[in-house]
Amino acid sequence: MNASDQKRLLREMIFYRRFEERSFEAYMERKIGGFLHLYSGQEAIATGVLERAHCGSDYVITGYRDHVHALKAGAPAREVMAELYGKETGSSRGRGGSMHIFDPTVNFMGGYALVGQPFPLAAGLALACKHKGTDQIAICFLGDGANNQGTFHETMNMASVWKLPVLFVCENNLYAIGTRIDRSTAVTDQYKRVAAYNIPSSQHDGQDIDIVMAAATDAIAHVRSGKGPYFIEFLTYRQRGHSMSDSNAYRSKEEERLWMERDPLKIYGDRLKKAKVLTEKDIAAMEKSVLEEIENDIVRFAEESPDPRVEDLNKYCLDDQPDPRWIGPLAQGEHHG
Amino acid sequence: MAEIAYWEAIRRAHDEELAHDRMVIAMGEDIGVAGGTYKATSGLYQKYGADRIIDTPISENSYTGIGIGASMAGMRPIIEIMSINFALLALDTLINAAAKIRYMSGGRASCPIVMRTPGGTAHQLAAQHSARLARMFMSTPGLRVVTPRGPLDAYGMLKSAVRCNDPVIIIEHESMYNMRGEVPDEETFRPLEGAEIVRAGTDVTLIGYNYSVHLCLAAADKLAAMGVAAEVLDLRALRPIDRDTIRRSVEKTHKVVIAEEDEATVGVGAEIISVIIEECFFALDAQPVRVHAADVPVPYNRQMEKAAIPNADDVLAAALKVLGRV
Repeated sequence: MNASDQKRLLREMIFYRRFEERSFEAYMERKIGGFLHLYSGQEAIATGVLERAHCGSDYVITGYRDHVHALKAGAPAREVMAELYGKETGSSRGRGGSMHIFDPTVNFMGGYALVGQPFPLAAGLALACKHKGTDQIAICFLGDGANNQGTFHETMNMASVWKLPVLFVCENNLYAIGTRIDRSTAVTDQYKRVAAYNIPSSQHDGQDIDIVMAAATDAIAHVRSGKGPYFIEFLTYRQRGHSMSDSNAYRSKEEERLWMERDPLKIYGDRLKKAKVLTEKDIAAMEKSVLEEIENDIVRFAEESPDPRVEDLNKYCLDDQPDPRWIGPLAQGEHHG
Repeated sequence: MAEIAYWEAIRRAHDEELAHDRMVIAMGEDIGVAGGTYKATSGLYQKYGADRIIDTPISENSYTGIGIGASMAGMRPIIEIMSINFALLALDTLINAAAKIRYMSGGRASCPIVMRTPGGTAHQLAAQHSARLARMFMSTPGLRVVTPRGPLDAYGMLKSAVRCNDPVIIIEHESMYNMRGEVPDEETFRPLEGAEIVRAGTDVTLIGYNYSVHLCLAAADKLAAMGVAAEVLDLRALRPIDRDTIRRSVEKTHKVVIAEEDEATVGVGAEIISVIIEECFFALDAQPVRVHAADVPVPYNRQMEKAAIPNADDVLAAALKVLGRV
């Protein structure tokens, strides 16, 4: 990877961190409502995996901690922030909010609030890719907690039997909401669990984007070659609570401190400094430009955008322009019996 | 015009839609090599192959979810669930996903799936195979719910459902698969909306859907012999409900019976009576009567099962009650 790509990746991760922190501020100002699940600490995974995918062509789907996956997949940051603000210009026209970012123009097929629900949806997207005979794949990002749903087992089985081109990315941040993995899960190494379905898998450090990219390259090559699904587990940690109301009382301060030291931005920034790709001063300038972009362009766009019109409440429930050939009206008296 | 069985009508719709569009697939338990529990997909595996007639494992929630995911990427899956009772396992993907994805994506994604399933009481299949559950789907925004009462609608509504861009739930009935009826030889589409006046009359409106339309028709025959002209209205679609056709019929007859095979509580009849009260309360000459199942899980014993489920004589008795003849 050349120096300009390395700098771009570091800037992207810094951008994602500051985007999440800025949305936290807006939440505290009550400009963002509902639930808000932040990705801080896990940036290397979405950034690294999708760096190796064909964004815009490959399908990407995830759970409710979805802002960064949508951004890296290609959803415009203005629209993602506007969605958090519930605005008509948002990714989902203000109807979805933080947990339901969609941008089908880049094949980002959504964030979902039902834990484990994206497993079968991802397999279905992959089934469509296979059926159409394109070289597209589906990439499903979910946490370790999702693996205790029935959909995990059902979908792994079908994806394997039907050799679907789907990459399952498990972001193991050790906690299913507030319950630690060893208290909820019989096999804590998640990659081992898919052996039951004959799916190849591996486990890697999720804090180092170079490791993530190397692992993703191999996994994506496997899936794209038509050999069927692959399950890749990354060990990571979310720096904030599960959602906004979470005090993290279930985690020890010592554990948090150890993982904070393994911050993906710090790991990558230090490496690039050591390799003389950039200096501390360059990183500071990067931080400054990111903050300016977020404040002056992205947040401003969200704040200045209009709310959806209440008159449009019923819009998008069903197809708003249905074909009368399929829908009706029904001609009376044409048929008896 | 040929007379064919209900299952043959479904099979023909599958065949035509599979031939028309390569993006159409069918998926479900035993639908391929085995040909389908009710033969609705028989022979199609041999014709279209394993990639389009997909035998699934017994994993209702996730194979339904796979169909939904595929539909988001341009496929047109026809998902069969062997019994509506098993659809309870797929409620997460049907109600939390398929019904909501268009809305929560601001209209940017859609799920044009068809989910077909028999939902009725057949023959001593006992409590876990006899639930009807139409009311659960009809109360869910973002879905279309239809209940073809015979071969023509079974054929033409399935075809429309495949073409339609919304998720459509088609509720069939175990007791109707061998029912015969005329279906045109030429390709025909039947609309997914609109109640139908199946038999015109002036004295009382008998409202049914799915199998209960046949109970209404049988009751109407008996009423005719008694000099009563009953109008029989097939709701056809439980979502959305055709309020206009219901109103027009009630304004004509002023008396209503609603026959549902399901339990009454929070059910189809309750909804229809609400519609009537909202649309044309002052047109009523008598309080509407619901004919419905006993408020119990369906028992196995034949006599008890018959007692739990309404029949044509129950509809007749209800009609006589609203007519003031008892």
